[in-house]
Amino acid sequence: MSNRIDRRTLLKAGSALAASSPFLAAPALAQAKVEVSFFYPVAVGGPITRLIDTYAADFAKENPAITVKPIYAGTYQETIVKAITAHKSGTPPVTSVLLSTDMFTLIDEDAIVPFDDFIKTDADKAWLASFFPSFMENSQTGGKTWGIPFQRSTIVLYWNKELFKEAGLDPEKPPQTWAEQVAFAEKLTKRDGANTTQWGLQIPSSGFPYWLFQALAIQADAVLMNKEGNRTAYDAPGVIEALQYWVDLSRKHRVHPTGIVEWGTTPRDFFEKKCAMMWTTTGNLTNVRTNAKFPFGVGMLAAGKRRGSPTGGGNFYLSKKASRAEQEAAFKFIQWITSPERAAKWGIDTGYVAVRKDAFDTPAMKEYVAGFPAAAVARDQLQYAVAELSTHENQRVTKALNDGLQAALNGTKTPEAAMKDSQAEAERILRSYR
Amino acid sequence: MKRPPANPAVSRLQYRTQTRTWIHAWLMLGPSLALLILFTHWPAVNTLIDSLYSTPRPRRPARFVGPANFEQMMADPIFWQAMWNNLWFALGTIPTSIALALLMAVWVNDRIAGRTLVRMAYFTPTVLPMIAVANIWLFFYTPQYGLLAQILGVFGITGPNWLGSNETALFAVTVVAVWKEAGFFMIFYLAALQTISPSLAEAAALEGASRWTYFRRIQFPLLMPTTLFVLVNAVIGAFRTIDHIFVMTRGGPDNATALLLFYIYQVGFSFWDTTYAAALTVVLLVLLGLLALIQYGVLERRVHYR
Amino acid sequence: MSEVYAPRGWGKVAETAGAWLLAIVWIAPLAYAVWTAFHPSEFSTRFELFAPLTLDNFKRAWEAAPFARYFLNTFLLVTGVLACQLVLCTLAAFAFARYEFPGATVVFALVLAQLMIMPDVLIVENYKTMNRLGVLDSIPAIGLPYVASAFGIFLLRQTFKMVPKELDDAARVEGASPMQVLWRVYVPLGRPVYIAYGLVSVSYHWNNFLWPLIVTNSVESRPLTVGLQVFSSTDQGIDWAIICAATLMTSAPLLIGFLLFQRQFVQSFMRAGIK
Repeated sequence: MSNRIDRRTLLKAGSALAASSPFLAAPALAQAKVEVSFFYPVAVGGPITRLIDTYAADFAKENPAITVKPIYAGTYQETIVKAITAHKSGTPPVTSVLLSTDMFTLIDEDAIVPFDDFIKTDADKAWLASFFPSFMENSQTGGKTWGIPFQRSTIVLYWNKELFKEAGLDPEKPPQTWAEQVAFAEKLTKRDGANTTQWGLQIPSSGFPYWLFQALAIQADAVLMNKEGNRTAYDAPGVIEALQYWVDLSRKHRVHPTGIVEWGTTPRDFFEKKCAMMWTTTGNLTNVRTNAKFPFGVGMLAAGKRRGSPTGGGNFYLSKKASRAEQEAAFKFIQWITSPERAAKWGIDTGYVAVRKDAFDTPAMKEYVAGFPAAAVARDQLQYAVAELSTHENQRVTKALNDGLQAALNGTKTPEAAMKDSQAEAERILRSYR
Repeated sequence: MKRPPANPAVSRLQYRTQTRTWIHAWLMLGPSLALLILFTHWPAVNTLIDSLYSTPRPRRPARFVGPANFEQMMADPIFWQAMWNNLWFALGTIPTSIALALLMAVWVNDRIAGRTLVRMAYFTPTVLPMIAVANIWLFFYTPQYGLLAQILGVFGITGPNWLGSNETALFAVTVVAVWKEAGFFMIFYLAALQTISPSLAEAAALEGASRWTYFRRIQFPLLMPTTLFVLVNAVIGAFRTIDHIFVMTRGGPDNATALLLFYIYQVGFSFWDTTYAAALTVVLLVLLGLLALIQYGVLERRVHYR
Repeated sequence: MSEVYAPRGWGKVAETAGAWLLAIVWIAPLAYAVWTAFHPSEFSTRFELFAPLTLDNFKRAWEAAPFARYFLNTFLLVTGVLACQLVLCTLAAFAFARYEFPGATVVFALVLAQLMIMPDVLIVENYKTMNRLGVLDSIPAIGLPYVASAFGIFLLRQTFKMVPKELDDAARVEGASPMQVLWRVYVPLGRPVYIAYGLVSVSYHWNNFLWPLIVTNSVESRPLTVGLQVFSSTDQGIDWAIICAATLMTSAPLLIGFLLFQRQFVQSFMRAGIK
């Protein structure tokens, strides 16, 4: 951010304080005001930015010495680009919400500091321990905590109850196993000659197919990478098996569209009844709730050898280049915004998973879950959840997997060949990190 | 100004005036030249230098690696795919957009009904931001209920998954680029057509030339300088038009729509491998330089001495 | 064109039909944007004649992002770039057109290099330069690489060369300085070129995306295109209704400007002799 703006905000804030009360003015001026700039990946236009703005304003009311200034930076991919660019050019935001998987990249760029130095009191320790463990897997490495979960999600199944009924299925029961998933999808696929008017199942594969694929891989009991983030296992038998299953859905069983399924249009396909079941993020819950003109269900993903989904979404990070005072202020804000009540409210308003267990014990959340049980599905699935694919040079290493997945889905390579190529590329990139 | 006198006895006064004109000229050129050097020539040279080093990381400073980045590039299948994609993209956009632009200009230049509206329709893509329109094209290409799918559905045809399959994705993004550029080029042709003297047409008609002959023998040759100008722009466009890739495919599926500049952006700003990005940029610069030589050298001569 | 080769009879019908067909294809995205922006979002994929109309999408789009600020940024960018381009290009073009000085050919070749090697290609290095200059994330950073424009210099040089030498001499005899000659004789005669060039420059910078995406971070410097992209890239699926409303909103000034002045634009291109 430019200095010009900083100064103006400061002046404005200063004069507002001075005007508001002659008694307050003196101590407020004596205590330097800290501004916490905050990069936020805005995932959707209106509602979320407004929520974040409200949080920032509420926090400012309680902590007059700190101003939180959210900057909305686009998708996760663009926000990480922005954050690292800003880090390299010397004026990074004090805190950012970035993908939990960017942890290694941020450490390698020397862009962030661990939270351990800020956690001093027992209350701080209790706070850190309150997060769901599966969310912390992507937030800690080498014995240190680098990220605090905030806008976190997993993948869940959404199904159209009306279409289930039409197909003679129990509208309250989603498929529980891989075999059932295929069987249900076959019943739910409608064909008109060579033309398919309704697909049984849709798993998006544009942009970041690795994330959705990881769910299949976990279900096949395969592990994509090691904890140190410097080794991948893209060509393990379980991984190939999982990919074969995905490819078979469209090419063998013909219950899933061929080619790449666009992430952005998948919810719309669901609303238009062009697909009866879709996989997408829990973060879409509110969106589906407002736009689906039919009763729908939300369920855990079907199990292969086991149940499972990767976690996803963003963590708070602290910039290394910020001053200690700014980092402290940001830490205070992060603690504030992840309190049980606010985590609950955030979950209710957006559909993202409230990041800590006790958030689900708050009255607001209890009432919400009672009225809308789907909201608890993501929480219940968390016990099967596994850390999202994350390595050093994350963007590049996941791109290697993405390319292989898309090649296999499009039939240009067999699943086995595609995964062998992806693994070779990942190996080349990661070799120097061991 | 005055030519420098050939006479060896140059008077002092004349010499001073001459020096003053030189200074004037340089003063007027100075600002532009300084900016051009700062943002075009110097970075171009620097790109070449950077490409010979390794990317600095916080724990590993840059060091001289010679042609290592270029060796990596030769072995990088995505680079080769981006090159081929860009070649097909160029072959798809350049001739098509120029031909369409010419056709549009000829049509709009004739007295057809509602030509103001038609001209406006052709030109709108130029004023619409590609980044926004790409979202609309995304809808056109969506399978099942997208506009194309709906139209094909009327004829009982199931359209392909335009952006989602390797065979059609590059074609689909090429169409968008042609759509975006043709109307812009039309304006140049239109302006040029209107300056062709009507007497030429009358003379040709007297000789009994057909409309096609008139176009081929008179209009088209007279439009040659415009064609050259438009060609230069179309060639640049073929390497620069990538905005829609960001929205529509992000280079996918499996790099089927990765164009060179998009790959440079990815390597430079998302993988942070700046020196490899520099090496890729060197290739792009060499390509553009070669094309410039061909255009200015070969074509310019043909245009003038026809 | 002359009447002699104007199409007649069936030829004319075919030509008109062809022109209209192409026009429909060309206008389709805009037509779709208009349809979708004014209808509730469930009609963005279905076209029913009597679908209810609404302005709600515009309201939602306007509230969802600081478009007023983006407009201001784009306006400042476009006018700033154009103003600097006009001044710098005029001076440089005048020097090339009417002065003889050692190295002129070499320097002109150096200038022309930018026609092919445009700033869009040198993103990595130019980003570093902006960082060194300390102007990252500001409107000048978006504009600077484009301010010296080879295209502008080239066009104006051609125009100035066509100005009759007698006019120049006459003004000088009256005691005008070179700058006064430039201002009184050359600039007025180059008006169509200025208009044509201005149109190209404005529409280019209004719609430019990649470079602003790279150098800007904050709302305070982000132009409309980057704002639009930030706004429409979503984790939760595409809502075409709101995107179309935003698209119309952001391109309205250019669209309306073009509609009003299209005849003048074409004429200035014609007179500018860009051909």
